[in-house]
Amino acid sequence: MYVEVREINKTFGDFKASDHVSFGIEKGKLAALLGPSGSGKTTILRIIAGLESADSGDVLINGKTVNRLSPSERGIGFVFQSYALFRYMTVAENIAFGLKVKKQPADKIKERVAELIGLTDLTGLEKRYPNELSGGQRQRVAFARALAPEPGLLLLDEPFAAIDAKVRKELRQWLREMIHKVGITSIFVTHDQDEAVEVADQIMVMDKGRIEQTGVPYEIYKEPKTAFVAGFVGNPVILESFEGLKGFEKGEFTRAIIRPEFVEAFKSDNPHFKDIIPFAQEGVIRDILFRGSSLELKIDVGGVLLTTHRSLERRPVEVGEKMNVIIYRLYAIQGNETKLLENQDLKKIDPDNKRMESYLYGDGGYFTT
Amino acid sequence: MRKQSKTGKIVLITISTLFVVLMLVIPLISVIANSLSKGLSFYLQSITTKTVLSAIKVTLIATGIALLVNTVFGIIASWLLTRYEFKGKQVLAALIDIPFSVSPVIAGLSYIMMFGRMGWASPLLEALDIKIVFAIPGVVLATIFVTFPFVSREIIPVLNAVGKDEEEAAAMMGAKGFTIFRKITFPHIKWALIYGMILCAARALGEFGAVNALSKTRGETFTLPLEIDALYLSGSSDSIVSAFAVSSLLVIVAVVILVLRSIFEYRGRKTQNTKEARVED
Ligand SMILES: Nc1ncnc2c1ncn2[C@@H]1O[C@H](COP(=O)(O)OP(=O)(O)OP(=O)(O)O)[C@@H](O)[C@H]1O
Ligand SMILES: [Mg+2]
Repeated sequence: MYVEVREINKTFGDFKASDHVSFGIEKGKLAALLGPSGSGKTTILRIIAGLESADSGDVLINGKTVNRLSPSERGIGFVFQSYALFRYMTVAENIAFGLKVKKQPADKIKERVAELIGLTDLTGLEKRYPNELSGGQRQRVAFARALAPEPGLLLLDEPFAAIDAKVRKELRQWLREMIHKVGITSIFVTHDQDEAVEVADQIMVMDKGRIEQTGVPYEIYKEPKTAFVAGFVGNPVILESFEGLKGFEKGEFTRAIIRPEFVEAFKSDNPHFKDIIPFAQEGVIRDILFRGSSLELKIDVGGVLLTTHRSLERRPVEVGEKMNVIIYRLYAIQGNETKLLENQDLKKIDPDNKRMESYLYGDGGYFTT
Repeated sequence: MRKQSKTGKIVLITISTLFVVLMLVIPLISVIANSLSKGLSFYLQSITTKTVLSAIKVTLIATGIALLVNTVFGIIASWLLTRYEFKGKQVLAALIDIPFSVSPVIAGLSYIMMFGRMGWASPLLEALDIKIVFAIPGVVLATIFVTFPFVSREIIPVLNAVGKDEEEAAAMMGAKGFTIFRKITFPHIKWALIYGMILCAARALGEFGAVNALSKTRGETFTLPLEIDALYLSGSSDSIVSAFAVSSLLVIVAVVILVLRSIFEYRGRKTQNTKEARVED
């Protein structure tokens, strides 16, 4: 592990901002700290950077405890959420700052600045001041500036938050490629699960100052370990009761968490679903939201409102229309535990989901005809 | 409705302008006019008497030292109050503003109580053979007291608005305390600092009450305002005109300060605006 955070605790007054936080990141990896607003992401990042001191616990970088080092001695690059570019310096001066502080020779500085300007696509903007740049350009300056002194670790606090949606998507990819190209171990903070899943090699999910789960994006998505993670990723609907969901037994569980892709809604005359019609229950479309590449349907099933996506390629539907609804699976919650429950009726006729695959994707299946 | 508010505006402008002209501008012009009423050579003679020259010297010493001390203190205090969290911060911030709410005479008297013959610090001062009350150190202390908050008052809002992001960013790049202040913080507070120093100097030059309590020897420890008062009270028609002549010096300095002040206030606001523009877009 290149970076290790061990049992960090931090309180502000009597508010616990970090609660026994531990995780490790391997050299060269890009990790995401994912969590809702106020979950303590920035606090942890600032503790690693040395800008905040923990009440207890250790931060190790490359095997050495850095607890006692000041921020300027830790060799960490930090990209602030607000970018914190030096307002009274040009782009080139901003990038050169860390090198000048280290008293590097002028020609070396010039060379390194030129290299970073090229790397971050800022050619031609060297003499501009921060207030003469677009959001995306500022972000790249902040990135170049943090990289200039060749830190061993790069920390980024919500690097895309201040950028509009379209540019943000491009920058995510750019950042991922750039970080892997430079090969620097990095941690970035985000409250956007799509961003974390898309960009990171590893995700730490945080809530209320605690790490809820650590894993690769696929694991976090497919195997949420705690009630919080199940409810936070995958845009799910959280139901306080199971009553009236066909194919599921309530058992010991107290809540159900259902993602849009767990729900199928089809018209009664749809031949592809005729085998499973007996297991469906009636639902009424309450709302239709246009999501660009698909529709998002809000369907009332026995008093609970479920969400599902519907491809634009399928036949149009309208509000008030009756649909057949099948829930393939759901996360059942008991206390802080989650369990993935399969629809038992479907399981009986299709134990390994082979049939579902075939009626959706097989020869003559729904998506192939 | 619109027309009404327009008349309202004209009325308000007229009232304010009349008030300012009657209460401030005409009296000050009449000072200058009076000071020249016995001719230029009398004017020049009046402002170069021994006591006046001594008063100019004392005033410059007191103002200079107060400016220096309060600038250094103001920067340190503002830094402390905006960059650190500690118990009693609010109390300290309130204490710094005391000179705004306490009458300067009381400030002067409190120094007499402390350093005077009956004061608790007097045995120590006597042992060290230092004289504060009724001497130049007393004048300087009184001047420092009344001009204490001006610099920090101007810098604190700027430091708060700018935030500490840039300073932290500089620290992350390896910069240490003083480099951070010089390269990052100072450019932000420059204009506010100069503005605060101008206000501090203006107040120091004109201080009467606190200094009056601590300064009793004309020609030695008198500052310009005290000298003017003395000239005026001595009552002969010549000395009254002399009082006006010496006053005109302070009026001229005041006008210069007013001009400087507007320039720096404008520059300060301009840099503040660039900052806001940056945050908005
Ligand atoms: N200096 C401070 N003093 C008091 N409370 C603080 C301080 N800094 C953070 N907190 C509190 O600690 C909690 C965690 O803050 P933190 O900034 O780490 O959250 P975050 O996960 O980064 O949230 P966001 O996504 O909104 O940036 C918040 O409730 C916040 O109010
Ligand atoms: Mg944050």
